Amino acid sequence: MTVVTGVTCPVCGTFCDDIELVVKDNVITDARKACAMGAAKFLNYATHRNLKPLVRKNGELVEASIDEAIGKAAKILADATYPILYGWSNTSCEATRVGLELAEEVGGVIDNTSTVCHGPSILSIQDVGIASCTLGQLRHRADLIFYWASNPWSAHPRHIERYTMFSEGRFQKSTWRGYLSRLRGIVSRKRLQRAANLVLRRDVFAAPEVERRLPYSMFQKKRKMVVVDVRKTRTAEAADYFLQVEPNKDYELLQAFRMLIKDEELDVDKVAGVPVEILEEVADIMVGCELGVLFFGLGLTMSEGKLRNVDAALNLTRDLNQRTKFLIMPMRGHYNVTGVNVVFTWQTGYPYAVDFSHGYPRYNPGETSVIDILCNDEADASLIVASDPVAHFPRMAAQNLVKNPLIAIDPEVTPTTLMADVVFPSTFVGIETEGTAYRMDHVPLPLKKIVEPPKTCLPDQEILQRILHKVRKLRGNLN
Amino acid sequence: MDIAVKDGKIVEKVDERKAEVVDASGMIVMPGGVDIHCHIAGAEVNSGRLLRPEDHVKDVEVKTALTRSGVGYSIPSTFTTGYRYSRMGYTTVMNPSMPPLEARHTHEELDDTPMVDKATYPLLGDWWFVLEHLRDDLIEECAAHVAWMMTATKGYAIKIVNPGGLEAWGFGRNVKNLDDSVPHFNITPREILRGLCKVNKLLNLPHTIHVHTNNLGKPGNYITALETMKCVEDLAEGKRPVIHITHCQFCAFKGSDWQTMSSGAEEIAKYVNHHDHATLDMGQVIFTDTTTMTADGPFQYGLYTLTGNKWVNHDVETETTSGIVPFRYKRKSAVHATQWSIGLELALLIKDPWKIYMTTDHPNGGPFTAYPTIIAWLMSRVARKKTLSRISKRARRKSLLPSIDRELSFYEMAIVTRGGQAKALGLTEKGHLGVGADADVAIYNVNPEQVDPSKKYKTVRKAFKRAAYTIKGGEIVVKDGQIVRSVFGKTFWVDIKTSLPMEVNDDLKRKFREYWTVEYENYPIPDSFLHVPAPISVKAEV
Repeated sequence: MTVVTGVTCPVCGTFCDDIELVVKDNVITDARKACAMGAAKFLNYATHRNLKPLVRKNGELVEASIDEAIGKAAKILADATYPILYGWSNTSCEATRVGLELAEEVGGVIDNTSTVCHGPSILSIQDVGIASCTLGQLRHRADLIFYWASNPWSAHPRHIERYTMFSEGRFQKSTWRGYLSRLRGIVSRKRLQRAANLVLRRDVFAAPEVERRLPYSMFQKKRKMVVVDVRKTRTAEAADYFLQVEPNKDYELLQAFRMLIKDEELDVDKVAGVPVEILEEVADIMVGCELGVLFFGLGLTMSEGKLRNVDAALNLTRDLNQRTKFLIMPMRGHYNVTGVNVVFTWQTGYPYAVDFSHGYPRYNPGETSVIDILCNDEADASLIVASDPVAHFPRMAAQNLVKNPLIAIDPEVTPTTLMADVVFPSTFVGIETEGTAYRMDHVPLPLKKIVEPPKTCLPDQEILQRILHKVRKLRGNLN
Repeated sequence: MDIAVKDGKIVEKVDERKAEVVDASGMIVMPGGVDIHCHIAGAEVNSGRLLRPEDHVKDVEVKTALTRSGVGYSIPSTFTTGYRYSRMGYTTVMNPSMPPLEARHTHEELDDTPMVDKATYPLLGDWWFVLEHLRDDLIEECAAHVAWMMTATKGYAIKIVNPGGLEAWGFGRNVKNLDDSVPHFNITPREILRGLCKVNKLLNLPHTIHVHTNNLGKPGNYITALETMKCVEDLAEGKRPVIHITHCQFCAFKGSDWQTMSSGAEEIAKYVNHHDHATLDMGQVIFTDTTTMTADGPFQYGLYTLTGNKWVNHDVETETTSGIVPFRYKRKSAVHATQWSIGLELALLIKDPWKIYMTTDHPNGGPFTAYPTIIAWLMSRVARKKTLSRISKRARRKSLLPSIDRELSFYEMAIVTRGGQAKALGLTEKGHLGVGADADVAIYNVNPEQVDPSKKYKTVRKAFKRAAYTIKGGEIVVKDGQIVRSVFGKTFWVDIKTSLPMEVNDDLKRKFREYWTVEYENYPIPDSFLHVPAPISVKAEV
């Protein structure tokens, strides 16, 4: 039995690097310090996986040798006029680098999962810029933390503990004790309310009254957390204050804050369902903080307004920087989605939706992004790496994806691998293969190899390299 | 005269019957170009790339059988960067600012930058370990930590940016002068500079401290630049420099505001002409649309408020900050034109070419692809006059350029573009063509015996844009401005041997966990991470 320390967790964008794994006979038996999501992956990753390369023959996926599968995949890509190469966010930067070379060689389009995630944030950043930082800067200094349209308690479970409210910094102390006492208060209040509702026969489903003033803790000189969301999430319960915004009204709320910060008066009583008095007080707290930060999630990028919402949020922080220091950061989902954007950018200049069909990189999301290409039925083959578009893309996109030759590189059995024409079982990066990945704040960290992979599974990087080699051979471009 | 090359080195002679011969008669042969300061890789450069699709769409490189495709005018993608340098006859390029925490990123990009040898300088001037050790006057302990950091991040030199100001920027503040106290740390920029200068000497690093001064880009800051050089004057021994002031043009402004802003180049040149302990690089401004990026967060914020352009800020925990703002230098702007003038004035007024080097602080003053234009300005009064006649009237009236007759010779040009830079960097095998040097050679199709660069500056400019040959490590990689072979460059880093290496105990690991959000063991980069590592062994005095 050995204990491996300092393991990075290949699950979410928080990308914790302090996991301790207990390994016995090439099997991970315990994942210490990991959250439920991390532990689930470390302990159960091997349960449903592909072990042999598969090739579709007469409509059936049958086992094949690796060379046969490589040959078939290379032929599909070499014959295609406009192939798409999609996925990447769940593999290492090293694999992505090869993927880009392959896309360039076959003159296809390469895109990553940002296209259905924080793509609008990137478009917005390209318009406005972004005032951001690494997460440790916030641990040391941030005294006002906004989680806007994101729910780290459930989606990035250790984010609050490692980087914001419950972390101990040089200039800011952890607030977890305060949280515990508040939690006790919340529980007893809920109990009392339930009893009162029973006795007084109140309508328990009626919406609670919006409080007209902020709680006392918002005015204390300590770290504070505000959650803005359409529903009361677990994160919202842990917050000092929860601002409930009406669905699809984030843009209005953000612009209202911008006005208030510029000391303009609002001529309405409520914005997005929140009384203006409350907004004024929150705006004052924003201006008065030492260092504030706004984390935003897909609630902004994928609700009505999309990139315009993010524009408003980025501009809000720009405005706030005239008065104090205020930073902003997108809550990235996959552990290496940031890294993939980074690699795409240094090799091609663009973070996603890169089209090589002209022989040089072109970027025009809406035209060169995979969903649009698939919906317009322009692609004639595809290579999917570490992603499952058949399950997650709009139906029309998925239909057009599977009707053309489809190659999947994935360790797991997914709807995409079941629909594919060639399937490569790969190793799990960060468990069976080493590499590099980038945390949501652009800090690069090593992915470690903990256990030996099954002999029939190759790393993504190697599979891609072999396909690339074969494609060059087929096209006579080997030098 | 023949130059013999064998196994990537310049040698006394080779067997002429078997050797491949490059006929360079009637051409200029120089060592491969060395760039001491240009932002080509890493977190901030890449954020700049992401920020500017409009920069890329106007300038693309198509894939060929030998080369990868790419885009970018002011911030080209990595492959394109390597090719473009090589086409101009450059073979060694230094990436000057690397946040230590994000060192892996810088090295990944450098690995994808072909054709040139490279190295990178970690930003250490505002690192908490440095601030705390220097505050407590623990120079040797500080040196041990810096040595560890150099090895951990595979760095080459100590980079200091706006000392103290970056730490203050953590809370949105800045420092005003060399004796302003850094909030929460009870230390001054002067103490940081002197401390790290001593550390640099103790560690015997090949390069000096590489300093981006306080108050960069503010009128009146030539005084800060002078004080920065003065503050380490007494630490110099003999003629060996102890400080490099980088992109000096940006800290040679006179005047009290933008209205009265003028050139402080004369004062700086006078000081440098009388002292041997400082070297400079130009940071020349080109009239074009470019992207400014520095680790100087407060400066970039200032630029953003000045222009209202899009703005990226990226603070790095316990270490540094950075910022990016797109910027256009306009001929008709008095300030920009004065900046243009200052850069050239510095290069021409400083008598010894071994003390001032040609850079644009790529991409801050303009892209490195503008080097041939600068060469023309430095070598020809006519070229300068021509540009001068087209700039803002106010700037023209104030410019010292009409009074300067000096024109650099080809030999001096070789010093400011390679020899001097290699010497300042301590790269003993670069920047010259003596026996034992790396076989990095640039051949330009211009005959110095027939072409008068003063008059025929266009011929010179054209020749320097496209090298007739670039030879990298003994292999012909460029011919007639075309890439004929793609090669990887080496990555230099300084492997410092200290007698008392930093002790890694539980206490230090705990401190690590307190200061950063990563574990101690995930911080250092292993040697195997680099594609072609080239460690330079150095024995320290601690």
